[in-house]
Formats: sequence, structure tokens, C-alpha cells
Amino acid sequence: MRLTAEGLAARRGEDLLFSDISFDLGAGEGLILTGRNGSGKSTLLRVIAGLLRAERGAVTWHSSGDGPIRAGEACHYLGHRNAMKAELSVEENLGFWKSFFGDFKGGTGISAAEAADRVGLGGITHLPFGYLSAGQQRRMAFAKLLVSYRPVWILDEPTAALDARAEATFADLIREHLGRGGILLAATHQPLGLEGMRELRMTGFAGVAGEFGA
Amino acid sequence: MMSLLLRDLKLSVRAGGGALIGVLFFMTVVAVIPFGVGPDLNLLSRIGPAIVWIGALLAALLGLDRLFQTERDDGSLDLILMQEHPLVLTVLVKCVAHWVANSLPLVVASPLLGLFMNMSEVAIGAVAVTLLVGTPALTFIGAVGAAVAVSLPRGGLLVSILVLPLAIPVLIFGVSASYAAVEDPAPFMPPFLILLAITMFFAVLGPLGAALALRNASD
Amino acid sequence: MTQSLAITKFSDLANPTYFLNLSGRILPWLGCLTAVLFAAGLYLSFTTEGDYQQGETVRIMYVHVPAAWLSMMCYSVMALSAIGTLVWRHPLADVSHKAAAPLGAAFTLIALATGSLWGKPMWGTWWVWDARLTSVFVLFLMYLGLIALNRAMDDPSKAARVSAVLILVGFVNIPIIKFSVEWWNTLHQPASVVRLDGPTIDPEFLIPLLVMAFAFTFLFFTLHLMAMRNEIWRRRVTAQRRMAARMASREN
Repeated sequence: MRLTAEGLAARRGEDLLFSDISFDLGAGEGLILTGRNGSGKSTLLRVIAGLLRAERGAVTWHSSGDGPIRAGEACHYLGHRNAMKAELSVEENLGFWKSFFGDFKGGTGISAAEAADRVGLGGITHLPFGYLSAGQQRRMAFAKLLVSYRPVWILDEPTAALDARAEATFADLIREHLGRGGILLAATHQPLGLEGMRELRMTGFAGVAGEFGA
Repeated sequence: MMSLLLRDLKLSVRAGGGALIGVLFFMTVVAVIPFGVGPDLNLLSRIGPAIVWIGALLAALLGLDRLFQTERDDGSLDLILMQEHPLVLTVLVKCVAHWVANSLPLVVASPLLGLFMNMSEVAIGAVAVTLLVGTPALTFIGAVGAAVAVSLPRGGLLVSILVLPLAIPVLIFGVSASYAAVEDPAPFMPPFLILLAITMFFAVLGPLGAALALRNASD
Repeated sequence: MTQSLAITKFSDLANPTYFLNLSGRILPWLGCLTAVLFAAGLYLSFTTEGDYQQGETVRIMYVHVPAAWLSMMCYSVMALSAIGTLVWRHPLADVSHKAAAPLGAAFTLIALATGSLWGKPMWGTWWVWDARLTSVFVLFLMYLGLIALNRAMDDPSKAARVSAVLILVGFVNIPIIKFSVEWWNTLHQPASVVRLDGPTIDPEFLIPLLVMAFAFTFLFFTLHLMAMRNEIWRRRVTAQRRMAARMASREN
């Protein structure tokens, strides 16, 4: 299992946010992106998830036996927004994503109730998602990563708006994921309390892009 | 895929869902026409099929901008785009759910409005059948407009402007089939079958176009 | 002194728990009264002789006229509640007009449907754009709009205030709508449509009609109280669920 990025470059508007970023992550490895606002952390994560087209370069996923495939399919992506419907109950939300995601080969997800339990909110899955507080909603969004198996977790500011205890819960879950051979890519301001992560410091603005650039 | 269909249907009937509003809009639009043209029953029964069809067309377009917009607003669209399910199929399922929740009630309500328009039983039946066959095409065409306008903050009106010209053939054949059922010399089947063909054509083209637009619109 | 007592009583009623208790005691009596009135009214309606001109179809009137009268009374009740919402911020007023809207829509629908059934043999068509029918239809659309508005909003107290404004604007507008619809109608067709209630109505018809009108009115109040109780309970359930969500994080 390897996630490989080669010579990535992406832009926002006409600005080239970064160029020539390469990395290679194997089982159990994690990469933390740091840098100030607007340095392109979110953009890089979205490029890796396949949501944005890279200006140059490619991200690929290799697993034993098969050829390289589009990396996005092996990834869970937790963006700024929670991707949960306020009108549906937590159980309906998690259940939908569980069946819509399916499991990537090599693992299985846990049930919605168990996942809620793991993020410390067991017993309230029957409530509409909209009734939960912002912190609880974020935790339930995190529980979405547990209901179906993906080897790669891409987390964009996962602990924004969370208290210290929830942060610790997340760190535990991430450690467990890495321990089972998962791969982590995360952008954060706060340290997640994880050891042995590689760090990529984004500086932002790598020049003006494109055909009309200098 | 089944879970997506069920989820979308659930969302449409929960609080804030647009299913009721579409039918209400349909009824209101059709009901104000007589105030414009006068309560002459003969005139109303003559223009009835066209009025009901135009009302249904506008009502079907009404909720379309929310088709992908709500998914984008809460970030679900990102996750849907990442999956290995063919995106075309996902869009198709979303269209079907949207049609069942929003357009099928219009078809059900149309006989009632036919009565208000003093239409004959045959005309009422013909309008209901042509709406049943024709409204899916509106949803499929509308999906392209909704996908193109997904990232715009005020896409609602724009979607209508984009989609209405494309929906003209549906209106033409829907209305002419309805009239053909009532007026004797014109045969019913040819325009009806063309309508059916248009629907099946857009059932393929609409999701393809919408999927393509969604892939390119993500930011 | 008496006035202040009245105010205390009134604000006691604002307490939903007190309201639930009181309405719980009143409801069985109200329900019985409604049932008795309906039994009497229906008996009278079916034993009076049919009109020589309209035959048996005249009996539709005994349902149609009370329903039409209630469709208007219900809107008045809603308008009063709307004033209660906006002026006194009375929590029960919110509940009252929200609970009344579906009832009003239902009675209006009954009036429209029976009018249409009655019209088929009279006019030979299910629907004519007669001024009176049309006004009732516009009222029906207003009810549906209010229901849709209430459904579309999450926060019940905000929804109540906004729909109270709409109810009052609509209430002021009703005479204008009525007047313009009549204007529109006479402009287009000379008044030739048979009116349901002529100036002279035989006492033989009048008595069952009055009994039925009372029966419908009491039915409305019974249903309205029940709907209000449901709404209060619904809001309590919502509050409890929100509470449950808050408690869940505290425990852990």
C-alpha cells in the first residue's frame, strides 16, 4: 500500500499556490501539513482527494497486486463542512454514508451506533443531526470515517471548534488507524499530539501560473 | 444507490422539503390564469391543456436548483464525487428521486386543475399521461442546468433561464399530444411517441452532461 | 382588582401545563356535545323533504354551508391568534394559529368539494368561476401557503411570528380579494349563476342548517384544542431531544 504524489502543482485563480510537491507514504505513515492561512494546505488536500485538478503532476494509489489507481477512491475526506444532513437523524446520516461508501478492499467499517460510541457520543444517534451542537456535529462527521473502511484519511482542520477532550479522542482514533496500517494526511493549526509524523511546511504562492505568467 | 434514493426521498418529505411547495406553486399558477383571461368556460377548456402544461413546466423547474446545491452547501457533494460509483449513475438516481418527490405530485394534481379548467375527461387523462411521460425529461434537462449553476450563490433564476429554452421541445410535444387526444383529425400517437423518445434521450444525455459539469465545477 | 384577577387568569392560561390540564378536562365534554349535535343535525338533514327544484342534492347544503362558514371563522381565529403572537408574545397564540391552519384548509376543502359536487348537477360542470367559489378557492390557497411556510421553518417561534404577519396581511386583504373577484366576475359574465342561499330560505331547511352549523363549529373547537395539545407536546418532545443532545456531551 503506497500513496504517491509526484511533482504536484495547483493554482487558485491565476496564482500558483505550490509547485513540485512530491511525497511517498507507506502503511502507517502520516503527513502533517502546516503553514499559515492561504498557503494552500486545503488545496493540496483537495488535489490529493481528486476534487481539484492538479496543474501538473499526479497522485496515485498502489496496492499489492493491482496496478495504480486514482487515489481518491482509497481516501476518506473530512473537509471543513460535515457532509451531514441536519434533517436526518445521526443514524440515518451515518447509515447512508456507510452503504454509499461501501468498504475499500482490505478492511470493514463498524456500525453507525458503534462509530458514534467511538467518538464519545453513543446513545444519541436517534436524534436529528441538526439538534447537535457544533462540536458534537464535528465528532459525528468524524464517526463517518469509521463506518466504512478507507486506507487513507485526509483531514482538513479536523479539530477546529473542538475542546481538548475531543481532540484527544480524535488523536486516539488516528493513532489506531495508523497502527492498523492506515495512512494519514492532515492539515492543522494545532498540533494533534501525534508522534512520528512527517511534516510538510507550506509557504504558499509559488509564482504566477499559466500561459500568461512571466 | 438504493440508499441514496431513499435518503433523497426522506429529505424531500422532512421539514423544509420542497415537495409540497412545488404542487402549491403549480396550483397557484394555473389558478390565476382565469383571473387574467376571464371565467369563460369555453375559452378555459380550449386553452386548459396548454395552461396546465406550462404550469407544470414552471413548477418542475422551481425546485431544480436545489438538486445539487444542498449537497454542495454541506460538503456532501465532495464525498459523492470521490466515490468509484459512476457519477452518471449517481446523478441519474438523484434525478429519479427528485422526479418522484417533486414532479410526480404535479402529475397527480393535474386532473384536479383540469377540472378547474373545465376540460373534458379525455383531455384531463391525456394531460396527465403526457405529463407523466414528459416531466422526467424536464428533470433530466434541469439536472444539467443545476449542475452548471451549482457553485453560483444565486443560481435559482439562472437555472430556469438556462433550462427553459432546452425544455421547449418537451412542451411542444406534450401540449400537441394533449390536444391531439381531444381534437379529432390529429392522431395522438405520433407526438406522444416523440415525447417518449425525448424523455429517453434526455435520460441518457442529462445525467452525462450533469456529471461532466459537476466534475468541472468542483472547487 | 377584578381586572388584575382577569389578567392573572389570562396569564395562567399562557402556561402550557395549565392549558393542557384545562383542555384535557374540557375536551371530553366538547367531544360529546359535538357528537350529539352531529347526530341531531344529520338526523334532521335526512328527514327533511328535498327541495322540489333541486331534489335530494339540496342536502349537500347542510355540509357545504357550515364548512364554508367555518373556513372563514377559522381564518378569523387565526387572525386573533396572530395578534396575540405579535402584540402579547403569547406562546399559546403561536400554537393556536399554527394548529388552526390545517383545520382551516380541511374545512375549505370540504366546502370546495361539496360545492363542486352540488354544482355538477346544477351547472353541468364540476367547477365554475363563480365569485363566491373563487374567493373560497383563493382562501384555500392562502391556507396552503401558510402551512407550507410553517413547515419550511425550523425555529417554531420565528415561524410563528413570520406567519402571524402573513395572516394579518391576508386578513386585511380578504375584503379586497372578495371585492375584486366579484368585480372580475361581473365584468365577464352577467350574474346568472344560481346562488345556493336565496334571500328566502324555508324554515324547514333553516333548522337543520343551524344545527349543523353549530355542530361544525363545536367540531372545529374540539379539533383545534386537540391540535393545540398535539403541537405543545410536539414542542416538548423537541425540547427534550435537544436536551438529550446536550446531556450526552456532559456525561462523557
